[in-house]
Amino acid sequence: MEYEEIVHRCFRCGFCKFTENYQDFNCPSYLKFGLDTYAAGGRMWLINAWLKKEIKTSRHYAEILYSCVTCGNCKEHCVFTFKEDLLNIFEAAKAELVNTGLIPPSVRDYLNAITKIGNPYKIVQNKRGKWAEGSGIQIFSDQEYLFYVGDVGSCEERGEKMARFVGTLLAEAGLSIGIMGNKERSDGNDVKVLGENGLFLKLAEDNIRNFRENGVKKIITLDPHAFNAFTKEYPKLGGNFEVWHYTQILSTLMKDKKISLSEYKVKVTYHDPCYLGRHNNVYNAPREILKCIPGLELVEMNRNKKNAFCCGGGGGNFFTDILGAGEESPGRIRIRDALDTGAEILAVACPICSKMLDDAVKSEGLEEKIKVQDIAEIVNAARRNPTQHLVESV
Amino acid sequence: MIDFYKSLVEIVGEGHVSNQAEELYFYARDSGLMPIHKPPDYVVAPKTTQEVQKIVELANEKKIPLVPMGGGMSLAGLINPLKGGIVIDMKRMRNILGVNEKARYVIVEGGVSQGALGAYLERNYPNLRHSAVEAPPATTIASSVVIHGQGRLTQQYGFTSDMVSGLEVVLPTGEICRIGSCAMSPDWFSKGPTLPDLSGLFLGWLGTTGIITKVGLKLYPKKKIRDVEMFVTDKADLIPDILFNLTHTEMVEDILIGSQSGIHFDPPMFKGYHYVTLYITGDTDDELEFKRKMVWDSLKEFRENKDGGFMWVLPMIKPGLLEAPQKWITRTLADDKKGGGFTYSGPIVLIEKYPLFAKRLEEVGDKHKLDYAGLARVIGRGHAMMFGFGFPFNRVDSDLMDRVRKALHELIVFAFNQGGIPWKPNIEEQKMAMERMDPNTLKIMMMIKKNLDPNGIMNPGNWEVE
Repeated sequence: MEYEEIVHRCFRCGFCKFTENYQDFNCPSYLKFGLDTYAAGGRMWLINAWLKKEIKTSRHYAEILYSCVTCGNCKEHCVFTFKEDLLNIFEAAKAELVNTGLIPPSVRDYLNAITKIGNPYKIVQNKRGKWAEGSGIQIFSDQEYLFYVGDVGSCEERGEKMARFVGTLLAEAGLSIGIMGNKERSDGNDVKVLGENGLFLKLAEDNIRNFRENGVKKIITLDPHAFNAFTKEYPKLGGNFEVWHYTQILSTLMKDKKISLSEYKVKVTYHDPCYLGRHNNVYNAPREILKCIPGLELVEMNRNKKNAFCCGGGGGNFFTDILGAGEESPGRIRIRDALDTGAEILAVACPICSKMLDDAVKSEGLEEKIKVQDIAEIVNAARRNPTQHLVESV
Repeated sequence: MIDFYKSLVEIVGEGHVSNQAEELYFYARDSGLMPIHKPPDYVVAPKTTQEVQKIVELANEKKIPLVPMGGGMSLAGLINPLKGGIVIDMKRMRNILGVNEKARYVIVEGGVSQGALGAYLERNYPNLRHSAVEAPPATTIASSVVIHGQGRLTQQYGFTSDMVSGLEVVLPTGEICRIGSCAMSPDWFSKGPTLPDLSGLFLGWLGTTGIITKVGLKLYPKKKIRDVEMFVTDKADLIPDILFNLTHTEMVEDILIGSQSGIHFDPPMFKGYHYVTLYITGDTDDELEFKRKMVWDSLKEFRENKDGGFMWVLPMIKPGLLEAPQKWITRTLADDKKGGGFTYSGPIVLIEKYPLFAKRLEEVGDKHKLDYAGLARVIGRGHAMMFGFGFPFNRVDSDLMDRVRKALHELIVFAFNQGGIPWKPNIEEQKMAMERMDPNTLKIMMMIKKNLDPNGIMNPGNWEVE
């Protein structure tokens, strides 16, 4: 296995489980189950045991590996020099399982759907751009930016709304954007972290070819997971594009006063998506957007930025649901974090976080106290002349 | 045993109990070098005292061993089941239940970590602190008190167990019992006095007399400024006098003495030197500087005789020394051999023995061709010290691990022969301690154990006469 020479170096000291100041455990799968095997140190020791043939491949071993949400908290807080490779080690261990075919059924179904249909929702490809109908957003031809929305933005109701908000805002602020529509393919980020490297390679190569053939030079992503794949993985395969997450572009537009705003008195807290924050160090842009809105009060959760607690949807768990539901599920814990701030709105910048946390609000029965909204949706609500069809659709 | 598993699931809920090979593998061992005996049959992670109680009742009914576990970082194999059974991982019980600011104590559940308590106090009671330990932050308060842990305030106030102000314990027979003032009052200010001090039935027993589900812990004033000084000498013989003078000032928070071979540095530039790291605190610069002057003056004769001196603590290393816990210790020691291994034994001895212990560590380290670290901490105002014999190792180097085991054995025998007593004793050290113990003392221990735990289910194999 790749990284085999590192695995035994884990001391299982547990720094990786915490935030920087140790206020609480910050590993979602560990908090869900409360067993050390579900934390990074546990995985390291189990992978080492598996390599030494002290434990066998089993359904439970696979569940433990696949319960990792790849939030990167362990990588952030591990005290050892090999910390940069922690997630790579877990990915390599999952790749070994993929090679043997012994993966959890929900992981298998996810990968099969992507392989056969091109998306995990099993939605036929010619409906992929349906979310943009009536929004005025054009198919990419020679626009400056490709607006890439990804699987969740294309196929899931809440994600589609978010895509419409973001796309419309960008377009109405005068940005030249186009979408791939039916030609858009899965970015493959979660396929890769689930250990299916072959499928990821195919998706990435297809996307790179597609982007090149269509003359794409600059990309704005809706989804931080796609942003991560495009900025970190695609260049290794020759896919060098100028890639932005939409919050980075929107913050510039806001600062340049391309969007006129009214006073919007509301208390908001912001949830850092792992693939935007810890994985790519984008912490300020979303906050700058919110701070531009007159009257809006931005408050921070105790766990924020590099100590943010994951919604539980990363590492493919949004689709595979290895972590499952319950009071100690990451989304519900995160909603309670948000509630503690007294905020009325939990702002998000990722379609996966949006769905996970909105579901968690319902599970906690907090619909009357707090709502989950994407940053673009909040900006739209604060606009002098909010886009009417978007307001109605919420 | 399907019914037993189901019973555990009924108590703690699906997902918080396991009899799968993966958990049984992991919970059979800790990060140290102690051998694996009999892996657990089950691992459970309860959330409440009532769940712990039900588990204990069930275990009694079936006469199944119970092994309570906190952070699992003793490195002495104290959470390695010796006779199988159920490992109870307490870390889901992590509520901080309340602080009495004026009386300076906190009540925490049995799984609250050292790190979480520190962060909680920092945020909510910035003028209060607890005696934070040097072990990684997942170490629990309950496990620290149960092994007589030591921390940043040990020089001033003693072992962490001395700082207990009350306990809630699930007895081996399932009763929930309160110890100290909380047994008859809503307040948790005293673990015993003026009543008979029953906390001694649980502190130091390594989980063989009950499971601690709540701890009252004394807190102490937290000064606004904290600084570190480092006095270096190559004369180990002078260390006892240096420590005597330093503790006489009553100005120092914590005193650590380090020596080492060539860990992390090649050539071994620190070998042969003894580093007295001492911490001072103050609410104002004036207070801090006054204390600093007292400390410097207390070692004037050693400085004037050129026997040692204060070294400049580089700005790049100072933050690491002021951290609690000091991450660099874990990083440096456990990854020195690129093998995830570090272990130590830390007997409690008289400070006057420092030169002998430092010399012996060097001899044994050299004999077995090992890198070593001596890590000592002053306990009380010089009433004793913990002298840790520390060795990094590589988990894939079995020869190195064998040499470390042999060295540790030789050193702990030496420590006993020098009148020391073992701290957080592993199973071998417990046996050696009981062999040397006054027979009537041992008799009392066994009587207490037998009476509290008639079925012998609590962490069996520990504090046990074969």
